[in-house]
Amino acid sequence: MIIPRVPVQHRRLLPDRRLSGPTPWVIAILMMLTLLAAAAGVGLARSANAIGAAIAGRVTVQIVTANPVTRAEQAAALRRAAAAQPFVLAARSVEPEELQATLGQWFGAAEGDDPVLKSLPLPALVDIDFVGEDRTGPMRQLQALVAREAPGARIIPHAEWLGPVARLIRSLAWIAGGMVLLMTLASAAVVIMTARAALATHFPTIEMLHLIGATDRQITRLFQRRIAIDTAYGIALGTVVAAAILLLIGWQWSGVTSGLAATASFGPAGWALLLALPLLAIALAALTARQTLLAALKKIL
Amino acid sequence: MLADERTSAPVLWPDARAPRAGDAMTEASPARPGGAMVEFDGVGLRYGPDAEILSDISFNLQPGSFYFLTGASGAGKTSLLKMLYLAQRPSRGIVRLFGEDLVAMPRHRLPGFRRRIGVVFQDFRLIPHLSARDNIALPLRIAGVSEEDLSGPVGEMLSWIGLGDRADAHPATLSGGEQQRVAIARAVIARPQLLVADEPTGNVDPEMAMRLLGLFEALNRLGTTVVVATHDIHLISRIENAQMMRLEKGRLSDPTGALRYPPANRT
Repeated sequence: MIIPRVPVQHRRLLPDRRLSGPTPWVIAILMMLTLLAAAAGVGLARSANAIGAAIAGRVTVQIVTANPVTRAEQAAALRRAAAAQPFVLAARSVEPEELQATLGQWFGAAEGDDPVLKSLPLPALVDIDFVGEDRTGPMRQLQALVAREAPGARIIPHAEWLGPVARLIRSLAWIAGGMVLLMTLASAAVVIMTARAALATHFPTIEMLHLIGATDRQITRLFQRRIAIDTAYGIALGTVVAAAILLLIGWQWSGVTSGLAATASFGPAGWALLLALPLLAIALAALTARQTLLAALKKIL
Repeated sequence: MLADERTSAPVLWPDARAPRAGDAMTEASPARPGGAMVEFDGVGLRYGPDAEILSDISFNLQPGSFYFLTGASGAGKTSLLKMLYLAQRPSRGIVRLFGEDLVAMPRHRLPGFRRRIGVVFQDFRLIPHLSARDNIALPLRIAGVSEEDLSGPVGEMLSWIGLGDRADAHPATLSGGEQQRVAIARAVIARPQLLVADEPTGNVDPEMAMRLLGLFEALNRLGTTVVVATHDIHLISRIENAQMMRLEKGRLSDPTGALRYPPANRT
């Protein structure tokens, strides 16, 4: 039982005023920061995974032949030849319009009708996804294919230029996880200090209860219940504030659709973790309080 | 008023309907038939590395007897009582209570024994945020007696100590004598087998002291072993057949040997 049941008459053994003073507020702040760090960690980890999966087996062949007609023919031939290979999952030519639209975002001409943009000698691109996760063999075969169908073309593995970004995001996710762990430890420390302070404040009552035959378990349940309730208030408050912040960020994030930002999301497991954290925190607080109290009471005869 | 009833027990005791704290626990075994309720043998007590404040204390307390513990301030009376009501383990020697060795007894078994001991502290030690009624009910609640079963005995006890109309008063609003009576009621409500009182009359006037002594005497007649630590020599003379233990500089004076070898145990 996270919050132990104690008869009403026994609850009166502790005075009505709150035991722990600022504890609920400190716990609320820690819980809010914990949830925000956890949300950041989950979002970043999922982004890193999404990017990693997307780039793991993908290459782009860049054909830079000067003659645009020859360039287009080489691209089409390479796409057809690649698509027929057993080690290729999919081969797709990137249309010039798509390239121009992408570049248009940088040139400030999203419609693609910018004369400067149209005058640029754009390379022909062919995106190729390999079958499976082994890239060494397929890469060698692709190099031979490219040398035959589009001599001089460059093969660009996506992992080469997006890999460092994915690793950075993964590192940030680990850092966020570390922050969650540290704040959990800080919360436990707050509970320990609260329990010890409560014992010190109510030592005469505890001593009296001991002397008339109260067991450690009876006394512990009294204090554990009060500390768990105080902590639960703080956790609830911190959760509500964190949820409001996450909703606000989520609302603003929904307007971001381009690039890596679009890959950020919590997913069902992430949401489950975020929802479970407050409950785990209450359980951790109650358990910490119980162990602290029992350990302290054992020092009294 | 208490004065009229000081030589009689509360109604709740003779009819044996009142719950006893010991009824709710099974950890502590009863005293051996015919044996001493309390046995101290070669007991010494020291706090930290200092010299012993109690040395070579040996005595037996018989069930249903009345004892006075006297001695000058600092002689070790309170320390001896602390060992009696299990707030302190001895540094050496043997302490047996209700037939069991308490020195080696695991901590978790102590509450069962404590529920068989009533303690009256010199400074009352009432819980300040609880009413007189709740303070008195405390031992029964701790022993697991239901609210339904304890309301009657607690009400009778309140009436018996003359505080029936002040049941909801908190200790801060009670006089010293009233607080003392609540403390005594709390000590005896669960019908303890051993009652230990540390200077129970130290804070009250002589008339009230006699009234309180009447309570102990009534309880003693019902079979409870009573140990009262006091400076008041007049108090001692009021109880017939009471035995006296005297502590001098941490040693127990027992010139007749009655404490160490009571008549019933002599061979």
